[in-house]
Amino acid sequence: MLDMNQLLHYVFTLGIPVAVLLAFILANAVYLQLMERKVLAHMQGRLGPMRTGWHGLLQPIADSVKFLMKEDIIPAKADKWVFSLAPFILLVMAFGSMVIIPYGPPTDFFGLLPKKVPLWVSNLNVGILFVLAFSSVGTYGVIMAGWASNNKYSLMGGFRSAAQMISYEIPMAFSIITVVLMSGSLNLSDIVNAQTDRWFVVALPVGPVAFFLYLMSGIAETNRVPFDLPEAESELVAGYFTEYSGIRFGMFYMAEYMNMIVVSLLASIMFLGGWLPVQILPHTLGHIAPIAFINKLLAAIPPTIWLLGKLYFFIFFYMWLRATLPRYRYDQLMSISWKILLPLSLGTLLVAAGMKQMGWL
Amino acid sequence: MVNQVIFFYFAVVILASAILTITQKNPIHSVMFMLLLFFHIAGVFVLLNAEFLAAVQLIVYAGAILILYLFVVMLLNVDRESTAARANRFWPWMAGFGALIAAEVILLIARGTFPSEAGQQPMRLAGSGVKELGELLYQKYLVPFEVASIILLVGLVGAVMLAKKRASD
Repeated sequence: MLDMNQLLHYVFTLGIPVAVLLAFILANAVYLQLMERKVLAHMQGRLGPMRTGWHGLLQPIADSVKFLMKEDIIPAKADKWVFSLAPFILLVMAFGSMVIIPYGPPTDFFGLLPKKVPLWVSNLNVGILFVLAFSSVGTYGVIMAGWASNNKYSLMGGFRSAAQMISYEIPMAFSIITVVLMSGSLNLSDIVNAQTDRWFVVALPVGPVAFFLYLMSGIAETNRVPFDLPEAESELVAGYFTEYSGIRFGMFYMAEYMNMIVVSLLASIMFLGGWLPVQILPHTLGHIAPIAFINKLLAAIPPTIWLLGKLYFFIFFYMWLRATLPRYRYDQLMSISWKILLPLSLGTLLVAAGMKQMGWL
Repeated sequence: MVNQVIFFYFAVVILASAILTITQKNPIHSVMFMLLLFFHIAGVFVLLNAEFLAAVQLIVYAGAILILYLFVVMLLNVDRESTAARANRFWPWMAGFGALIAAEVILLIARGTFPSEAGQQPMRLAGSGVKELGELLYQKYLVPFEVASIILLVGLVGAVMLAKKRASD
């Protein structure tokens, strides 16, 4: 049987991380919606939600209550099982990816705890592969929703989304493999630690290209502007979730924001040094007193804050794109993936492998 | 003990979903049960400390192959497929061959020796096994590995050739 110490060990390494992660996920799921509305509104010279609470701060709570109270309508001709399961698959897969991601190095919270606790739920040795696997299984949620609704707009949206996710998974995987080559590990914590000297985004010549590839395919994977064809409202009503209402519709929204968070976290971890602080040229200018002082100040900020800062930078970037760019045409979307991104990602991988072999990376 | 309980959960779900996959009338439901099957096989790999295989199982089978099945199945007319006859006049032949293959599998399992009990963890590698796997595949078994990839390439080219429009069409 478990003794007290072992139980305490499980509480510290499993119970508390899971609870904190769940709180983080739920808070983000509701409040990113408000952030998106506010960012879009201010970019378009509006104010956005203002009436519920101070500057609309209570709006997400009102929205969630509305989602919960609304009737959950299942169309008569829909396939009930598949229709009800689809949003869960999307959501569970997004949650699964977040379990694997490390949110910082082990910490004792400035001496508050007797020993260091990890800031992750599970530190898998092949973590990055699991994130890829979960994101590819998430596609099923979209296809199932589209098919089960028994509505041609939903089906079209589901098909588009599936085709898009499959096409953009390939350049995404290749850019991730490039990072794996550069760091020599599939473990996300090791990938961050491999960037102590320089972030992979500035690891010339392959780093910036791989970053660009990952970002492009990440945006396409999450079906966001300018790749939001699966939910193109002018052509497909709302795409694969046209027939959904109430809390199941809310779950699709949550899953979309979760996927954005996963892609942004991975981009920060793989290319922007994860929880490593920004340092101003420590090797060349680091000995000059004012710069050294600034570097010390920057390094004093807790690692997790750095990671979250990078995460929300990417989230803001997503919203910025949405306010700025028009949507691609469907044939453009496919040719970008297969004719531009795929050859580019193969070339990047080849160059990276060659450089690794020569010992230049 | 805990491992064994988890193993039996996986085993039961694998068997149940495999049977449901071939007994469903609706092809889409079959694909869904197959997805469940692949997930639980990945779970067994995790239980065996083969995390890499589990991830690859999900990426290759669930993420790539099964999605293509789903695409093809969705393009079919599901209403017609679900009422179509389950077997044609060759069914005794099919049943016979099926029984033969099943007998062979059962014989092989009965004759095989297993290094450990079901639900135990036999592999205790230092890392995730990726390094060991890479060394085996790319050094010791490099030639068979490359032959396998050429066979896959031939299949790919063949599919493109079959689907290509001829100039006369």
